[in-house]
Amino acid sequence: MTASVFGQPVTRREDGDLLRGKGRFVDDISLPGMLEAAFVRSPFAHATIRGIDKTAALALPGVHAVYTLQDFMPHLVTERLVVGLPSKSYKQDRNRPVLANDETVHVGEAVAIVVADNRYIAEDAAALVEVDYEALPAASDCREALAAEAPLVHRNAPHNLLAEFAMAYGDVDAAFANAPHVFRESLFQHRGGSHSIECRGAVAAHDAVEDRLTLWSSTQMPHAAQRLLCDLLGRDENRVRVVAPDLGGGFGPKLIFYPEDAAVALAALLLARPVKWIEDRREHFVATTQERDQYWEVEIAVDGDARILGIRGDLIHDHGAYTARGVNLPHNSAETVPLQYEVPNYRMNIRVALTNKVPVTPVRGAGHPQGTFVMERLLDRVARELKLDRAEVRRRNLIPAASMPYTTKLKARGGLPVVLDSGDYPACQDDALTRAGWHDFAARQQAARAAGRYLGIGLANYCKGTGRGPFESATVRVAPSGKVHVYSGAVAMGQGTRTMLAQVVAEQFGGALDNVTVTLGDSAAIAMGIGGSNSRQSVLAGSSAHLAAITVRKKVLKIAAHLLEAPEAELEFVGDSVRVRNSADRFVTLGEIARSVAGTAGYSLPPDVTPGLEASEHLVIDDMAHANGTVVAEVEVDIETGAVKILKFTGVHDCGRIINPLLVEGQILGGTAHGLGNALFEWMGYDENAQPVTTNYGEYLLMTATEMPHIDNFYRETPSPLNPLGVKGVGECGVVPVTAAIASAIEDALSPFGVIIAHAPIFPARLAAMIAQARGVKFGAAATDGAG
Amino acid sequence: MTTETRSIAVTVNGMRHEREVEVRLTLADLLRHRLGLTGTHIGCEHGVCGACTVLCNGQSVRACLMLAVQADGKEVSTVEGLAPDAQHLHPLQQAFSSHHGLQCGFCTPGILMTLVEFLRENPAPTEAEVRVALSGNLCRCTGYQGIVAAALDAAQRMRAAGQA
Repeated sequence: MTASVFGQPVTRREDGDLLRGKGRFVDDISLPGMLEAAFVRSPFAHATIRGIDKTAALALPGVHAVYTLQDFMPHLVTERLVVGLPSKSYKQDRNRPVLANDETVHVGEAVAIVVADNRYIAEDAAALVEVDYEALPAASDCREALAAEAPLVHRNAPHNLLAEFAMAYGDVDAAFANAPHVFRESLFQHRGGSHSIECRGAVAAHDAVEDRLTLWSSTQMPHAAQRLLCDLLGRDENRVRVVAPDLGGGFGPKLIFYPEDAAVALAALLLARPVKWIEDRREHFVATTQERDQYWEVEIAVDGDARILGIRGDLIHDHGAYTARGVNLPHNSAETVPLQYEVPNYRMNIRVALTNKVPVTPVRGAGHPQGTFVMERLLDRVARELKLDRAEVRRRNLIPAASMPYTTKLKARGGLPVVLDSGDYPACQDDALTRAGWHDFAARQQAARAAGRYLGIGLANYCKGTGRGPFESATVRVAPSGKVHVYSGAVAMGQGTRTMLAQVVAEQFGGALDNVTVTLGDSAAIAMGIGGSNSRQSVLAGSSAHLAAITVRKKVLKIAAHLLEAPEAELEFVGDSVRVRNSADRFVTLGEIARSVAGTAGYSLPPDVTPGLEASEHLVIDDMAHANGTVVAEVEVDIETGAVKILKFTGVHDCGRIINPLLVEGQILGGTAHGLGNALFEWMGYDENAQPVTTNYGEYLLMTATEMPHIDNFYRETPSPLNPLGVKGVGECGVVPVTAAIASAIEDALSPFGVIIAHAPIFPARLAAMIAQARGVKFGAAATDGAG
Repeated sequence: MTTETRSIAVTVNGMRHEREVEVRLTLADLLRHRLGLTGTHIGCEHGVCGACTVLCNGQSVRACLMLAVQADGKEVSTVEGLAPDAQHLHPLQQAFSSHHGLQCGFCTPGILMTLVEFLRENPAPTEAEVRVALSGNLCRCTGYQGIVAAALDAAQRMRAAGQA
């Protein structure tokens, strides 16, 4: 009767409501008396604000308020959103204000909030707010921003260097001095926005009866948002509740607390009416954080057998105008470069540049795709120069399974050494090559070329730290109703987190999935929580829920044994009951067990048990569970148009023990699609004055079903020793190796022309121009891709 | 900044609604905020993402690009009308769950309505045809693979059941 649900491809409990149109997203919330907000946003990348005239806006019928920072100041403990992750590398503090005051530093920065009867009127009124701007010079390109004569991003700043640090170990210069081969690459990479199909949004309401402010926000981190609201408003924690309703995708930027969250909450308090703000897509382009540009100057030193002696270089990272998260992105990128390879000496100097653009924070992959691109490009270069098979160069340098766990000389952002916990990287690569037809590709390529077609194959390995600690909370409680309730600080953004946690917990209660409820994303439901980021929730929330469920299960069995007068060993879970094995009529329901320890005044509890049927866990795991994988891309390049067609894309991924194969495959597929968009299409463009030039989906291209190839994924399951489930995160894995593999494949396809791929994304027009140049033929229009 | 209003009568999922609406009110906002049918989602408000796709007199339209007054006298079908009852799902909905064709579910209603129209016109599509039919709908979560599989599976089930 007892069924195992851990590891099974059970369909999701989330699906029913979502498929019926009964999801509860933030814009689906409608409260009595609710008003709607729109924001006045800066049209300048950099400007002094000399004054704000609200008269005309306030005169419009239906407008309730127009608030600027000055209006909010009396109600704020601090005007800055202090959110940056700690680092000793900062040269200046650039926390965001709740609203811009006398200076605006990027197009789209919120200057005022307008609240009206509905959004139509609010937007009308926002257009009537007269802001007196005096334009200032803007810094757009992150390399130029670091030059001595560059326009200052913040007019009172000494320079545009936000942070500077090095990631280094060994004696890299000595390694280079004696190296038989040294190769240098100048690489540019751009990643765009997250583009969850649901934009951001917030609804705030003050409950006067309980004196409690509730903010429903499309946030990946409600507990952090609650803390920030308490800090900003000077309110006690029990007077502020933050709830993440259904999220229409997260992908990183929704982990940030935004000025709009604070402004909507303040407006609701000041007006004593619920206030809703829903971001539109144009705002998403100019006000939601994004990833953007990295410029790398890197060198690799290898011996005569292509074994790596050292890697060194410089990275300039575009930070945007404010610190909305920290220096974790370039840190991740630099950490990723050598991660799964034996690199005895390493130094990456990192400069983080302020620019007059939207703040940069993690998007799915969080800097790892860029680091992977750099390393894999270097290894392809080595293979080309030394006339070796690209896979063979990697095989010689991958950390072997026998070395696991492998303590690298890298330091994680909190200072701990980076330890690769498990995995067989060379075997994974071999597996992928075989499944992708790597070994017989040369014949396919030759046949195609004879027919005038240019096919190429490329590969990339990745390794990704997942499950960033220190913990995630989980409480498991059996209620008098007989339901097993699970609460966690984890947040569901669409991954199926509720289904995953239900599987983990139900496994301890006979596999009765329908008897388990899961509550996530509510600061009032559980005291502590970190939330959704860093591919962390299965690892940390899953592990805590697992341990809590075991504790509750033990107690259930102990009480049931007492109530049924039978040994625990003879008991089994059936549905919502515990019964004596092979005795259909000797059972007790979970509800009865819960009631027996819920307490009745004047009556004793069963012997040797404490009150209640619940357990909470915050399992602390500081080290990260490292997932890994290899992908192989086979492409065809049209040498006239530069169009790249993906003929075959094969992945072998090792994300530890799999809780639900359906969900793991979904995560990998989604990440792969995101990676293909990054490789070929997505560009968040700005002109030289830092004006955004891609602010709709005609200009910013997302993957559609016709561009997306069928993906063949295979899985290895090397359990992580770091957590009791043996799992590794998977949410970001798919995206990490894609751009690197596509670049490798395109370069291979174009090897007759010697075209080298050093920039991503790889646009058709740019590629066609490069091919034309290599062939010595004329090409009409040069590509524009901001790569300079 | 018009406040001109007009009386309209729109039938949504078989139920007739009469409302006095501002002429600038979009069909999407009528459905979501005046009729409480929040299953139709708004993702881009410029007609690209397809999340707001509904059927108007049987033809798919972008509810963000159509005004409520333009739906006057018309029959609109939304995702809320797809399942036959609270216990059962439409074959497309069932296939989406079986094939993990949705993750966050935000784009899903528009994709379902797009496919309802498509499978009616092409009950036995190829994978390539399904992909073309989906090319006006953006999904950031799934990479489309589960959606394509779900559409093909649903088409086959609907043919078998004589629903197409």
